[in-house]
Amino acid sequence: MTRIDVRKTYKLYIGGAFPRSESGRSYAVNDARGRFWANASHASRKDARDAVKAARAAFGGWSSRTAYNRGQVVYRIAEVLEDRREQFEAELRTAEGLTAAKARTYVEAAIDRLVWYAGWADKIAQVTGGANQVAGPYFNHSAPEPSGVIAVVAPSGPLLGLVSVIAPAIVTGNTTVVIASEPHPLTSITLAEVMATSDVPGGVVNILTGPQAEIAPWLASHMDVNGIDLTGVTDDELARNLEIEAAENLKRVRRPGVEDLLAPPALDRMTTFLETKTVWHPMGI
Amino acid sequence: MTVTSSTASFLADATSSDAALRRFLHGLPGVDQVGAEQRAAGLGTRSIKTSAKEFAIDLAIRMVDLTTLEGADTPGKVRALSTKAMHPDPADPTCPSTAAVCVYPDMVPFAKETLSHAGGTSGVHIAAVATAFPSGRAALDIKLADVQDAVEAGADEIDMVIDRGAFLSGRYLEVYEEIVAVREAVGDAHLKVIFETGELQTYDNVRRASWLAMMAGGHFIKTSTGKIQPAATLPVTLVMLEAVRDFREVTGQMVGVKPAGGIRSSKDAIKYLVMVNEVAGPDWLDPDWFRFGASTLLNDLLMQRTKMQTGRYSGPDYFTLD
Amino acid sequence: MGFEYAPAPESRSVVDIKSSYGLFINGEFVDGSGKAFKSISPSTEEVLAEVAEADDHDVDQAVKAARRAYNRVWSRMSGAERGKYLFRIARIIQERSRELAVLESIDNGKPIKESRDVDIPTAAAHFFYYAGWADKLEYAGYGPDPQPMGVAGQVIPWNFPFLMLAWKIAPALACGNTVVLKPAETTPLTALLFAEICQQADLPPGVVNILTGAGATGQAIVSHDDVDKVAFTGSTDVGRAIAKAVAGSRKKVTLELGGKAANIVFDDAPVDQAVEGIVNGIFFNQGHVCCAGSRLLVQESVAEEVLAKLKRRMSTLRVGDPLDKNTDIGAINSAEQLAKIRELSDIGEAEGAGRWSPKCDLPDHGFWFPPTIFTGVTAAHRIAREEIFGPVLSVITFRTPKEAVEKANNTPYGLSAGIWSDKGSRTLWMASQLRAGVVWSNTFNRFDPASPFGGYKESGYGREGGRHGLEGYLK
Repeated sequence: MTRIDVRKTYKLYIGGAFPRSESGRSYAVNDARGRFWANASHASRKDARDAVKAARAAFGGWSSRTAYNRGQVVYRIAEVLEDRREQFEAELRTAEGLTAAKARTYVEAAIDRLVWYAGWADKIAQVTGGANQVAGPYFNHSAPEPSGVIAVVAPSGPLLGLVSVIAPAIVTGNTTVVIASEPHPLTSITLAEVMATSDVPGGVVNILTGPQAEIAPWLASHMDVNGIDLTGVTDDELARNLEIEAAENLKRVRRPGVEDLLAPPALDRMTTFLETKTVWHPMGI
Repeated sequence: MTVTSSTASFLADATSSDAALRRFLHGLPGVDQVGAEQRAAGLGTRSIKTSAKEFAIDLAIRMVDLTTLEGADTPGKVRALSTKAMHPDPADPTCPSTAAVCVYPDMVPFAKETLSHAGGTSGVHIAAVATAFPSGRAALDIKLADVQDAVEAGADEIDMVIDRGAFLSGRYLEVYEEIVAVREAVGDAHLKVIFETGELQTYDNVRRASWLAMMAGGHFIKTSTGKIQPAATLPVTLVMLEAVRDFREVTGQMVGVKPAGGIRSSKDAIKYLVMVNEVAGPDWLDPDWFRFGASTLLNDLLMQRTKMQTGRYSGPDYFTLD
Repeated sequence: MGFEYAPAPESRSVVDIKSSYGLFINGEFVDGSGKAFKSISPSTEEVLAEVAEADDHDVDQAVKAARRAYNRVWSRMSGAERGKYLFRIARIIQERSRELAVLESIDNGKPIKESRDVDIPTAAAHFFYYAGWADKLEYAGYGPDPQPMGVAGQVIPWNFPFLMLAWKIAPALACGNTVVLKPAETTPLTALLFAEICQQADLPPGVVNILTGAGATGQAIVSHDDVDKVAFTGSTDVGRAIAKAVAGSRKKVTLELGGKAANIVFDDAPVDQAVEGIVNGIFFNQGHVCCAGSRLLVQESVAEEVLAKLKRRMSTLRVGDPLDKNTDIGAINSAEQLAKIRELSDIGEAEGAGRWSPKCDLPDHGFWFPPTIFTGVTAAHRIAREEIFGPVLSVITFRTPKEAVEKANNTPYGLSAGIWSDKGSRTLWMASQLRAGVVWSNTFNRFDPASPFGGYKESGYGREGGRHGLEGYLK
């Protein structure tokens, strides 16, 4: 007699906890062959609101940690992910129908991406900031600071896509509310389990699953969100409308665009959600 | 802030011990060098023209302590200087006399002789530097004897130097008590206290020295001996003007300010007057409350004065060289 | 007789204001196809000139000229050669500095000492600074082979007309872009003089195009399809509208918008310099400064002393003729702005804040507002929240550093902030906590071409100045 599996309930990830959607709704997610795989939570606008609240609450602590510490935390995600490679490879094969080799490539790339960004934590300020030689007796220095709470519409790559948009945002001190890929939401929740066991403070990464077109406008228009990454938005009209909503409080916007996730990233995913602060102080005796 | 009966006791408390005085002086607000210099430079951009310039030049002449402090000074030199102080422009009787002549103690009798020969109506005061000027490196009784000598010879203003060594090593009470002793020794004469700001170096020190001297009873606070560079500067004077302004707020008493050394042009003198006007206030625009320690400045003021009157630029040949 | 400063007016004879101006398109002044409007002197209300109002057709012509110049000349020129044009422009600005300063003060109303000592020299410095970047862009940290965006549409405000022009045009040109720039409706004249400077510099036609006009002209520039980059300095409301207008397009946008900066004075501040910083923070340029220190946060233990000193200092401010070299506060830029300042000040009074101004005689003609402070202001007052953009300071007290940070950050804006303290560690802590793009510590309102400037939150995005200022003009 075969054993009956104990299935996992995929929930949301908000404030370090795994709540169900307050709406009580879910939607069916199929595997690559079109068969029912699991139900994913269908996040509501209230879940989005709660997630923003959690992200805001986490921002002060996370952004004021030392960069060294943030780098270690992001590196820790990579460590735990490495430990669970097989699980993620299996999920990618189920979700996207990838070959074993391909799945492995993506999981490894995701791990390596985390390591790459982890190293940036205490270097980005040295590269993007520095001394400004003003014409006067002043110490003048510019340094980047995180923008705040960033809403992220993740691209469809269930793991590498997700990691590629989350890591650059959080390693610099932002906190995030992520809308996972609508067709591939389950890996995001598995990744959340990794986060939850990787010393990532609750609220730094919040993950919502559900229809992008329904949830994203609430984040785009939310006045306590400082930036929005539209990478995962494929509908031009939706992207435009989200950008219009985002303009209400002058959110920093990253527009959607095609990119090769496997290619080495540039700095712009970090710098888009960094502010430059310039401090002047007189020099005198 | 109004003057209250507690003011006197607060000042008494501040000078009750070395520690108390140190606490008080170090509790004064700091001076940011860059900001102070910017403020001084900003005031220096005021454009003083026509009637305002005429007013300023005559006022500046009346504020000059016409000074000679050389080892080579002689009675003849001092007599000439004193004559010039009374009649800076012999060709123009409307030209005011200077506030004072400023000489070494042993030269006071010659200044007095010349000034009282004019019937004693010139109104030109005799200032003598004392207390082992310019270094101030002598025992207190010698300094006091120096003062005594000058006063007895007829000086009615004494320009003393503080003990910068004591000040810089934090022995504020010692500096304070020395000023108090000199103040007693000058009797009815006015006491100007020279800080030698070029040696104090920081504006924080200038502010502390200002309060120290004012609390000790100095009638005037003065920047420099003229023997050390930098001597008077606009920002140093700014800090001192702020101090006398604030001291009046607290105590109701006015103390004068005298920048000395390095002020050579009318343009510079006018910048100082603008600063007096806008920082301490118009009450200080009077020879009783503001002086210039200078020598060559006077001729430039006279040349400018003539230019204002004649519309022509003048030249040094038209003014006496004393 | 007291020491009354006699009038010391700067001579107007150095400027030659024409009775009417056209648009500067493709290196020439041309008649626009739109209407004309008048630019008046805010200090006298005299009409200075008639200026063309560029319409959609004019905007299209200008963008076409800019595109042509971009394709045929400017994008092909080496950085070193572009840089030489910018150096030339910097030098001509220095050579004609007196003329520019006088014209700026006449058209804008700002005191000549500011246009002479700040606006114009800083504008020249800006061109000089970015000139040097033109052939070094590959070292700027934006990739090994950074490319210009193309045609930049730039809209600038009336508070620093010429300086803002320099902030916009210098980096754009250095990076290889061509520009269509619209000066503010009330202050077009120095931009038109800049067009002449471009001619003197033999700048290739179409690299810089200057279109005068009002909001509609700006809108047409910003939303023109062939504009690749939009740079705007002005109100948050207009910035918001621009961000919406370019949504979904390829256009890169930088916005430098409003502010409501806190100038925070601790009890250990160098108090006399702090008072200067407060005065400079809010009364510089009549308070028409987006980064003005319009909220004074003063620690309760020294509030009385600081206020007494501030009032005393304010009593020495000289309000009047912008061309008088001794004027500290000039004219409010327009009747409209004056009405806004009056309205908000009246609201402040009605809401119970204590209003104070020193005695000062204001001229009979022109737009004037005395330097004003409001005491007893709380966070709930409108004057503590809304940008007044005038010489009006709201005074708020605090007790602890944390309270100061909370109050300072409690605004949708985040452009600048000031800290006054002699304790280094606290200053640095404060600087790290303030959500603002520029933090002045023991100083205020300092600007330098090498120093990045720009806001957090609703004060906009992107930086102007420094290496950072290149980013908005490169891809």
